[in-house]
This record gives sequence, structure tokens and C-alpha cells, in this order.
Amino acid sequence: MALINESFFSAEGLEKRLAGKKFWKVMMTEYWIPKDINFLWALGVVLATTFSILIVSGIFLLMYYKPDTALAFDSVNYTIMQEVSYGWLFRHMHGVAASVVFLIIYIHMFTGIYYGSYKKGREMIWISGMLLFVTFSAEGFSGYMLPWGQMSYWAAAVITNLFAGGSLEAWGLVEWIRGGFAVGDATLTRFFMLHVFLIPLVIIGVIVLHFYTLRIPHVNNQTSEDIDYDAEAEKYLAGNKKESKVIPFWPVFLSKDFAVLGLFFIFYFYLVFFNYDFAMDPVNFDPANAMVTPAHIYPEWYFLWSYETLRGPFFDMFGMKAMDIGLMIFGLAQVIFVVFPFLDRDPDVLPAHKRPKFFIWFWIMIVDLLVLSVYGKLPPTGANAWVGFAATGMFLLLWVSLPFITKSDAKARGAL
Amino acid sequence: MREIKILVLLSVIVGVLYWGVEPFAHSQMHAHVAEPEYTFDDVDDVRAGKTGNVDAGKSLVVDQFQCQSCHSMTVDGKQIGASMNLGVVTPDLTNAGLIYDERYLAGFIANPAKASHVEHKMVEGKTHPMTSFDLNYDGTFGDDDAQGVADIVAFLKSIAPKELTNKEVFQDACQRCHSIKYGDFYGGSMAAKTPTDSITNYMGKTPPDLSQYIKSRGDEWLHEFINEPAKHLKGTAMPRVGLTQEAEHQVVEYMTEVGESKKAEREALAGPFLGYLVIFALFAWLWKAKIWRQVH
Repeated sequence: MALINESFFSAEGLEKRLAGKKFWKVMMTEYWIPKDINFLWALGVVLATTFSILIVSGIFLLMYYKPDTALAFDSVNYTIMQEVSYGWLFRHMHGVAASVVFLIIYIHMFTGIYYGSYKKGREMIWISGMLLFVTFSAEGFSGYMLPWGQMSYWAAAVITNLFAGGSLEAWGLVEWIRGGFAVGDATLTRFFMLHVFLIPLVIIGVIVLHFYTLRIPHVNNQTSEDIDYDAEAEKYLAGNKKESKVIPFWPVFLSKDFAVLGLFFIFYFYLVFFNYDFAMDPVNFDPANAMVTPAHIYPEWYFLWSYETLRGPFFDMFGMKAMDIGLMIFGLAQVIFVVFPFLDRDPDVLPAHKRPKFFIWFWIMIVDLLVLSVYGKLPPTGANAWVGFAATGMFLLLWVSLPFITKSDAKARGAL
Repeated sequence: MREIKILVLLSVIVGVLYWGVEPFAHSQMHAHVAEPEYTFDDVDDVRAGKTGNVDAGKSLVVDQFQCQSCHSMTVDGKQIGASMNLGVVTPDLTNAGLIYDERYLAGFIANPAKASHVEHKMVEGKTHPMTSFDLNYDGTFGDDDAQGVADIVAFLKSIAPKELTNKEVFQDACQRCHSIKYGDFYGGSMAAKTPTDSITNYMGKTPPDLSQYIKSRGDEWLHEFINEPAKHLKGTAMPRVGLTQEAEHQVVEYMTEVGESKKAEREALAGPFLGYLVIFALFAWLWKAKIWRQVH
């Protein structure tokens, strides 16, 4: 390497050693984003910000939380909520952000689906994003256990039970996950470790991966136009900012992100102060009690749609038990979105409104997920069970039909 | 324009989802019950129109030991009688005339199990620890009994204070069976007055600690439940306690002070906090508009 003679204790010397200006250029002022975007393109930064809120509020909570079945409930509901200065604020921020982050993830995900931002070079963006969805789900589930309320306990009992695999009866696996025959202190401490250490570490790693995967194929745009980034960047740097189809990440793209963040903060903090029950279920303010099952056990709203696919098949079919069929569909629901790029057989990258059949598919999927979510919370009795059954069937049908529908669109366009 | 359209569409979808999983789902899961009623019309007014005499009541309660053999109370500044553990610790009667509805109180003295709606528990030889009022032990509730009850109620009302703190009402009305440990987390003075083994045996189940009930149940549910437990929990061991509307209000207030002690702080902080964010959002939009004018 070239020896550096400039003093370490000078701006110039530091610049020689770290090349900060070059780094800033690569990461910020010459990281090119398409100009033709709308506010949905700001949700990545909204997600990064929400994740930061979760980390910071989590650090404050961690100073007082006690991961022990005898102490956890009171450390949250008395020490943090009532004794520590603004402890309630950090808990509300943490609980509400954990819920809102899923709302933004879903919108971000379906924005990608709508604009076809998952194929033709963007597969890795999609896959790393879905990996984030899975790790965030694990983070949400493990965190929900920590206040050690009734829903914490019973959600832990129900979800760890799923690992028995229905008729496979893999109880050894369930015990291994729980650290005992029943959900108890060992379960709480290990999920505490997962929640505050291992999973956040993995999430941060995958976020870096997600950003990295964006760099080469670039972000998609509203018309899914294929942009020559080198040519457009040259135009921009030459001063033809108005003609150029691209903008730099800083300050142009981020200025839009901050504007969207401003509105998002108002929405988010309104929930933090006034409407937080949806994220902190009242039932969870009863201490965990293995002897009393709550009248209704349901997951947080963001798991409801997949939970309903588990409950959907409520009677035995094809010589299989209802429980096993549900478990298979539930397992499929967890991973099926990952392979979206490979089920889409349309060779063109286009927004959904340019793909007539896919457009219908997209909106039926949204409605179906809404129906699954609502009925995932309702008691699965009477007509509710049949609605859940039909919505689960529709969910499967949509996935089976996806390759054919996308191919048919392409044929009609003459692309195949 | 397109952005507005997208935002509206998004709001509709999120609104439908929120409505479905919150208000709608909860309306389906939790049965709606009738409003609380504080007239206690279902209890016969056993006094049968008789006017109570304070001195006669005092004579019955204090001198003839009709009540102070099992209950403590403060009369003329002096504490008399003693509470005792009859499965559940007997209540002090000093405040009874203030916090319990008088029609209910009369009905309760005449027949405790009936007025408090726990007759379903008095089976297989079990009887309510407090005997039904029967002045001359003739086995029936006659005119003299009606007069006696009227006198006792008049006396209890005469010795009751004019007002109590929220905490005092809670201690009298609830704390014999229920603890509310967040009321004195380190001192432990808000534990149930009846020892746990005893109350569990008496009720068939340990009455829950009420520290977070304002959060887990909410004030509407608490009012409905305290007023008439069976409405929400059929067959529950918890008796209807017959609190007046004011006393019940004070109980729920106390549960809020203990369970949500930072509620006022939260409400006070919300305005300035959100106000600051509106200003932030405004400047962020102005800055964005300035930057984007250069590229559009």
C-alpha cells in the first residue's frame, strides 16, 4: 500500500486513511434511485427507522426487565410501567413499533409484488426481504413471551406445540425447544436470549444483506422501466437534473423519505399515546397461569392470516387428520412467498395494472388475506369455520393458479 | 394526485383490517351485557316501609351483640367488636352505611346469600357464614324483624363518615378477599386481609390480585362486573357486594390510580409531543419540496 505521510491528527490525514468522501459518494450522493417513484418507495427507510426505534426502546426496557417467571410480569407492569421515569413511554413505543413494523413490512412487500420488483435480477432483494419477514416474525413471537402474561404463556404453549408436527408426535423436539415438558422458566430465559441477542444480530445482518442486494439491480420504479443508470447518472452529474431519470440517494431521495417519515411519526405516536391496545392485548395484563386457559387464544394481528390457514381445514379429508392438513398449509404459508419470483412465469417486469389477470389475482389475494386475518381472530365455530375453510382453499388456489395466470398475461401481450 | 389515490386506497385496506380484528372481533368474542343498575330493585325491601330508629338500632348492634359479636366498628370514637376469620374475614361496619346501598344492605342483613346472589353455592350443607337476621329465633322473618333491620340500617347510616378516600372504599369493599399488590408494592399492606389458604378454601378459588384489572378488563367491564358479577361470569363465587354508584366509582378510580398511575402523565405529554411532530412534518415537507423543485 501507499504509505501515508499526512498526520493522523489532521482532517486530510484521516481522509487519506478512510476515504470518507469516496465512501459518502458511493453510499449517498452517487447511489442512484429512479425519479419516477411514489411515497411507497419511502417505506424502506420508514422500516429502518422503526427498527431503530425498536432497538433504542428495547435497550431502555432491557435495563429493568427481569427474565424470570417469578419476576417478569411485575418488572414490566410495575417497575417499567409505573416506577421508571417514562418507562411507560418506552414500553408503549416498543410494543406499538413491534406491531406497526409488520404493517409497514406487509405494505412494502405488496408494493414489491404489485410493481414486479422481485424478478429479472431482483430475486435476491425479494428473498433477503422475505428472510427479514421470517426473522422479524421470530423476533415478534419471542418478544411477546417476555411480559409473561396470559397471552404470552398460552401463545408460547400453542406455537411450540406446533413443532410436534401433528401426527408425527415429535414431542422430543417440542421439549427441546421449551427446555422442559411444559412452557416454563427455561422457556422464558431462552426466548429472552433469542429476543435480545441472537435474532436482532441476525436481523441486522440480513438488513445489511438486503441493502446490498439492492445495489446492483437498483430499485424498481413506478412504470417498471428499465433504466440505463450510467447514462442517466452522467446526465444528472452534468447538471441536467430535470431530464435525468435518476436522483441521488442523498439529498433528493432521503428528503422525500423524511417527509414521509414526518407523517408516519404522527400516525405512530398517536397510536403510542392513545390507541395501543391493539398492540398490547388486554388479556396479557393477567399474569401467566398454567391452570387457567383464556376464553379466546389468538396471535397478534400480523400472524392471524397464517394462523387461520392452520385452523381452516377443520375436518378430516383425503384420509388425513384435519390437524395435519392445517399444519401442512400453515407450513406452506410461511414459506410460499419466498418462491414468488419463480412462480411468476411472465418474462416482463410490469406493474400489476399492466397485467390484467395478475391485477385481479393481486386484489383477490389482498381480500383473501383480509378475510383470513379477521376470521383468524374470531372463534372458529359455526359459519366462521366455513368462511375460514373457504378462505384457506382460496389461498391455496391462488398460489396454484399464479404460474398459469402470469403466463396467460404474457401470451396475450405477445411476450411468450 | 396518484399518491393521494394510493394513500386513500391504503387507508381503506388498513381501516378494514383494523375494524375487523379489533372492534368487530371483540364485539363477537365478548357478549354485550345490560348497563349496571344501582337501584337494586330485585331485592325486596324487607323493611316493608318501616322507619328505622337510630337508638333502637344501636341497642341491637352494640348492646345486644347482634352484630358486634362478629364485626368490628367504630362507634362514638371507640372501636368495638373484633373482626374474625369465618372462612373470610368479617368486614368492619363503620363505613357500611355509606358505601352499600341501603335497600341492598337491608336485604343482605335479612338474607345474605340471597341478596348477594350466592345461593347457588349454598349446597351440600354449606351455609353463608353470616346468619339471616332473626330477632327472636322463631325461624320466620316477621314484622319485628323488619323493624329490627330498619333500625340497624338507620344506625349504620348514622355512624358512617360523610366521605371516604378511593383507597378506603377499596379496602372496605374488596380487600378482604382481593389483594392489589401494586397499591403498596414494597410494603405489602395491600395484600388480601383473609389469609390465602382460608379464602381459597372458602371461595373454591383464589380471588385474583387486582393490580392490573383496570388494564386487562377496562373500566366499563369493571363497573358491570362489580355491580353484578353473574352478568359476565355465570356461577362465579364472587358475591354481588351492593356498592352504591358513588362507592363503585371510587373503587374503579382507585384501581386506575394503582394500575395506571402514569395515565395523567401520558395524557399530558401527548399534546406537546404530537405538536412537535406536526412541526417536524411541516418542515420536512417544505425541505422536500425545495429539493425536488431542482429535479422536476
